[in-house]
Amino acid sequence: MERQDPYQPHGLALTLETIGAWLLALIWILPLAYAVWTAFHPPEFSTRFVLDAPLTLDNFRRALDAAPFARYALNTFLLVTTILAGQLILCTLAAYGFARYDFPGSGLLFALVLAQLMIMPDVLIVENYRTMSRLGLVDTIPAMALPYMASAFGIFLLRQTFKTVPVELDDAARVEGASALQILWRIYIPLAKPVYLAYALVSVSHHWNNFLWPLIITNSVEARPLTVGLQIFASTDQGIDWSIICAATLLSAAPLIIGFLLFQRQFVQSFMRAGIR
Amino acid sequence: MKRFSLAIQGWLLILPALSVLMVFTHWPALATFIDSFYSTPKGRRPSRFVGLSNYEQMLSDPVFWKAAINNLIFVAGTVPLSIALALIMALWVNDKLKGRTALRMAFFTPTILPMIAVANIWLFFFTPQYGLLEQITGLFGAPSWPWLGSDKTALFCVIIVAVWKEAGFFMIFYLAALQQISPTLGEAASLEGASRWTFFRRVQWPLLMPTTLFILINAMINGFRLVDHVFVLTHGGPDNSSTLLLYYIYEVGFKYWDTAYAATLTTVLLATLALIAAIQYGILERRVHYR
Amino acid sequence: MTQDFTPHRRQVLGGLGALAAGTALGTPALAQGASEISFFYPVAVGGPITKLIDGFAEGFQKDNPGLAVKPIYAGSYQDTIVKALTAHKSGTPPVTSVLLSTDMFTLIDEEAIVPFDDFIKTDDDKAWLKSFYPAFMENSQTGGKTWGIPFQRSTIVLYWNKEAFKEAGLDPEKPPQTWDEMTAFAQKLTKRDANGNVTQWGVQIPSSGFPYWLFQGLTTPAGAVLMNPAGTEVYFDKPEVTTALQYWIDLATKHKVHPPGIVEWGTTPKDFFERKVAMIWTTTGNLTNVRNNAKFPFGVAMLPAQKRRGSPTGGGNFYIFKKAKRAEQEAAFKFIKWITTAERAAQWGIDTGYVAVRPDSWDTPAMKKYVADFPQAAVARDQLPVSVAELSTHDNQRVTKALNDALQAALTGTKPAATALKDAQTEATRILKDYK
Repeated sequence: MERQDPYQPHGLALTLETIGAWLLALIWILPLAYAVWTAFHPPEFSTRFVLDAPLTLDNFRRALDAAPFARYALNTFLLVTTILAGQLILCTLAAYGFARYDFPGSGLLFALVLAQLMIMPDVLIVENYRTMSRLGLVDTIPAMALPYMASAFGIFLLRQTFKTVPVELDDAARVEGASALQILWRIYIPLAKPVYLAYALVSVSHHWNNFLWPLIITNSVEARPLTVGLQIFASTDQGIDWSIICAATLLSAAPLIIGFLLFQRQFVQSFMRAGIR
Repeated sequence: MKRFSLAIQGWLLILPALSVLMVFTHWPALATFIDSFYSTPKGRRPSRFVGLSNYEQMLSDPVFWKAAINNLIFVAGTVPLSIALALIMALWVNDKLKGRTALRMAFFTPTILPMIAVANIWLFFFTPQYGLLEQITGLFGAPSWPWLGSDKTALFCVIIVAVWKEAGFFMIFYLAALQQISPTLGEAASLEGASRWTFFRRVQWPLLMPTTLFILINAMINGFRLVDHVFVLTHGGPDNSSTLLLYYIYEVGFKYWDTAYAATLTTVLLATLALIAAIQYGILERRVHYR
Repeated sequence: MTQDFTPHRRQVLGGLGALAAGTALGTPALAQGASEISFFYPVAVGGPITKLIDGFAEGFQKDNPGLAVKPIYAGSYQDTIVKALTAHKSGTPPVTSVLLSTDMFTLIDEEAIVPFDDFIKTDDDKAWLKSFYPAFMENSQTGGKTWGIPFQRSTIVLYWNKEAFKEAGLDPEKPPQTWDEMTAFAQKLTKRDANGNVTQWGVQIPSSGFPYWLFQGLTTPAGAVLMNPAGTEVYFDKPEVTTALQYWIDLATKHKVHPPGIVEWGTTPKDFFERKVAMIWTTTGNLTNVRNNAKFPFGVAMLPAQKRRGSPTGGGNFYIFKKAKRAEQEAAFKFIKWITTAERAAQWGIDTGYVAVRPDSWDTPAMKKYVADFPQAAVARDQLPVSVAELSTHDNQRVTKALNDALQAALTGTKPAATALKDAQTEATRILKDYK
């Protein structure tokens, strides 16, 4: 695989491109860099960037004092795993159905699924709240998770992937007497692994940061996720205290940032192998 | 008989996902559509059928038109800009630059950070005088300007933050597609003496087309969905100059509690999105089939 | 219509039942007695407040065995009313909640709340109802009934930087008393660098989000009243209102002592700490924040006078929800009465910076000691006799939005003051015609 890309830039072009890329990256990383700076310095340095500013963990202490972050983090973890588990199961089944079964009405059903891409759950809150209270699920993690469990994005993505699997593999397995679910499990899912990983990344980072629906549907510390806990710092009634917001932001985003740092190579590679288009 | 059993199997596979969608998306959306033909129930006055009068109210509502126009500007600003930046980022980190792992990380950070918190950080960047932006422009003696507090720049700031949030996410998709382009194509093109620009325009860009369309759909839809930061940065102000449709729907629904009118606006927004998606999906499916 | 979908729901439950059961950690393990009062509370002031409220809930339970208050922290005021009304519309509202005093008409129109008069029985109850500052009750009563009980209330005051006053050659102990004085002081306090760029503004009145509230700090001294007590009429196009708006505009455009455009509410205290502005208008609720973060001596003053003195009140009231059970409502009433005794109101004011809502709170030993140490805290109290109700009408948020838009249009220079206010008046009259 040691082939030379003839369009890999050299010399001056490479230097210019590197500078451009780093400048852009600098702008992109700025909010995070600012959050790190402000979280670790006293409030009076939240607007002043001098090298001899004293370091402090006080902002983290204030944030941790104000909210049970450990509990919120656990809830968020449970929430995103519940959603992801639901999505993986439901979307896999549906995507397989759409990719490999031709039956009356499948086109219409697929259009119905795609419709969800456009419908913001945020505008359906009142109706969904009513459903949850009829189901007796208000203030539980399943209530936060259920509306997102069937994801049109996921079904779409997996259907595209499954369609690229040669039908011959299917037929061969069927001849050997494998059932539809066995074929799905043995052939399709292993082949789509990179897509699953890529999708998981997108899903987790999206639901980790979802706010309005969890706020409305949960009441107690036992159910609330990090974003809702974060909100108490972001409200501007008394003016904005950037120090504590930044500390809280880092606390709540830390698991994601660390996770991405650790697995970024796998993620990018899986995206590449996934061939998402 | 076999055909019939296959159809049943297909249905059974789709049923679980579809039931969830029905209960939590289609049913509430349908209820919203129906609500748009009724008046808002207010205490003693129950809701009654009013036909199209909510839609008439909408057509004569200047804030709706303002929000609609702003939203078009917002889409016109965010979609091409974030796609172009995503492509440039992907082309860059696809080359063997120094520290490209770090670059990928940097471009991807907006996706991981919660928008509510990040919007507060951007608020600081845009703050006149001591905000980060003016600390930098101030070095050059530029005069101060109320970036978020002026009707001339507020929407612009809201667009910038959205582009920042989106571009890195889309980059990942382009990067994946670029990596799939066979290296032999590059070798062949260089043998024919094609310039890098020609190679991009004639080979890479056409091959990226399906990805571009996929991103385009998502970017357009996000252009109507992405409003979290408006709550923090401008509250739609000054004088509605940065109001977007979904933000206005939130205001009508959860501040004015005019649920029928909110349902009307929602219906119009959903219809617009459905139209965009239907057109684009038609194109996308055809492209994918042709390959 | 709903019936048709029941089978689907069953299937969903069947399919996901196991999953739901596996993750149903969220269900609170609290006794579901009729005596538990769910209490939505807007945490809009940061962390330590939740501990105070938890403390109150525990204290109440100790004093009233068998009754339990369960505080539910719901974010900002806006988040809280969204949560409360969404729950109300689905049939399961909280028993009581603290919401903005200006939400009274909205809550009445939604038939979400019950008046307190239903619970007033004894002489003690009657005396309690009369124990609050009349300025706070203006936003709590309408149509001869009391719908809200003042709890965390505030008003607008002027904060000034004494160091900046000294540098400008002003007496650091003398805040501006009139509009003319404020303009004159602000002119001396505005500093420019060699390029003519302003490095310190004289005065700043925030105008993002809810400019109407701060605007009332101008209209009241100008002698204008913005609405009738029934909440069915507004008077935005009166000449006094235009005068007030023109003064605000002139501060920025004519005198050039106030930042141009819309000034962000959230960054205003920080602007003050950063010495980018020498005088700010903001809520008394910022007192503790300013005390902790200002690195210079500061003063707190009543808003300057024009024809008279005056400021609007603001902040939150207790409400009792209609769909709660009678026994729960009674218990909530008991809790509200318990938490607003003179001593507790005083302690709450000291701990949070809100204005203690009863005159007799200020005679308690704890409050006397606090005021002796920190005299700035008493300014809000002294301003209360001249304070007026915050703008509140039927369809409140829509009417205030009409005014907010007009104010922002005038402040950014897109419309002249009189035109903008006339437009707002037309729009508000149109909205309110259904309530006549």
